[in-house]
Amino acid sequence: MDQSAHSFDSQTLSGHGLACRRGGRLVFSGLDFSVAPGRLLFLHGKNGSGKSTLLRLIAGFLPASAGDLRYGTDVWDRGDAALSETLVYAGHDNGLKTALTLRENSEIYARIMTGRPIAADRLLDMADVFGLGALLDRPVRYFSSGQRHRASLMRFLLADRPVWLMDEPTVGLDADNRTALATLMQHHLDRGGIILAASHDPIGVAGDVLNVDECNSLAHAKDVAGGAFVAQYNNSLHPFWRED
Amino acid sequence: MAAPLRSVFMAVLARDMRLAWSQGGTGTMALSFFLIAVTLFAFGVGPEPQVLSRIAAGVIWVVALLACLLSLDRLYQADFEDGSLDDLALSPLGLAGVAGAKILAHWLATVLPLILITPLLGLFMHLGADGYLVLIASLMIGTPALSLIGSIGAALTVSVRRGGVLMALLVLPLYVPTLIFGVGAVDAALNMVTPMENLALLGAVSLVALVIGPIASAAALRLALE
Repeated sequence: MDQSAHSFDSQTLSGHGLACRRGGRLVFSGLDFSVAPGRLLFLHGKNGSGKSTLLRLIAGFLPASAGDLRYGTDVWDRGDAALSETLVYAGHDNGLKTALTLRENSEIYARIMTGRPIAADRLLDMADVFGLGALLDRPVRYFSSGQRHRASLMRFLLADRPVWLMDEPTVGLDADNRTALATLMQHHLDRGGIILAASHDPIGVAGDVLNVDECNSLAHAKDVAGGAFVAQYNNSLHPFWRED
Repeated sequence: MAAPLRSVFMAVLARDMRLAWSQGGTGTMALSFFLIAVTLFAFGVGPEPQVLSRIAAGVIWVVALLACLLSLDRLYQADFEDGSLDDLALSPLGLAGVAGAKILAHWLATVLPLILITPLLGLFMHLGADGYLVLIASLMIGTPALSLIGSIGAALTVSVRRGGVLMALLVLPLYVPTLIFGVGAVDAALNMVTPMENLALLGAVSLVALVIGPIASAAALRLALE
């Protein structure tokens, strides 16, 4: 692909003492991470441990209740233009308009993210990465859920930005497309890009691992609450039955 | 590599205008509602020309306002539901710029067609001959405020399922000044008085809404993304 022509001059993306509170519950706290250019960071953790929350926090959709996020030496604030011009985020929703064809969806997305139209031959190359070349002129309404997911992964190619935030990128992909995804991610890293991926499945690209569970207050809080309950229960018993 | 912001703005504008007139869009819906609701008034009140022409300006303004409200419901909700609001938030334009483009698209694709068919509805309603020009002028000057204020309500209720009624409760009281000055301008023209004061006040409301609308919408959308 002609994209390999340029490489990114990206900088280290790091978080320092990040904490996030949602609906009154502390999802994680004291979370530190650092991803250098050309590196991949996997986010591991149980369901509900805060992997998606961390990705949305980095994308600037959620406020951090403590800590800061740095790109090189710049501190990123929520809604910063610099922040939103550096990263691409793909979550669980595919962002596709079902009334439009894949070509129209892709052209609109590319223009909104870069301000430039995309050439037809480049678009065909990008669609072919996930085997969608033949479907370009079909309305997205008729796509299967796997095809929609692959179409949503095309956003990473269309926006052409250095930092990729991927939430469960392998869900619903068959073996061939997983390989295609791994190749694509490796290619991005070779160009000096940064990837943060939350995933339960092995993707097949070498990377560091951040276990969100360790910064997760949930397991910790449960232990404390359990202990308190035992103590209370103990006190409510008749002195005779009390276990001291 | 700074992205050309004007091109991004035009892309959002073109996208929304396109979606308004594609399948399931709001353009046809608002236009049909406007036509049918005004016609219902003519049937309900009866064919006496004096009665109809007395209420013509008020009915056309109120129904235009409701048609506008009906279509604003989905302004951000469709994007919120399919995840494209996340993409728009990461565009170099910023959320306030995106909101501005979407509001302009709503006005051009949904409200402007309503204004263009008002002469026909004026004919149905026996509107006095002196009223036509001022009715169209008042709608042209006043309806941008409806889109701008309505956008704030739409952004605030974006994550609420069936938020349409809640949005109407939030927004309709704020539509009152626009309605009063809009109908006032037409009545003044029909009574051979200059409508300029009413039109000027109508313009003032729209200008205030222009300053507040995109910024307040962006702030509300940011809350919805959390």
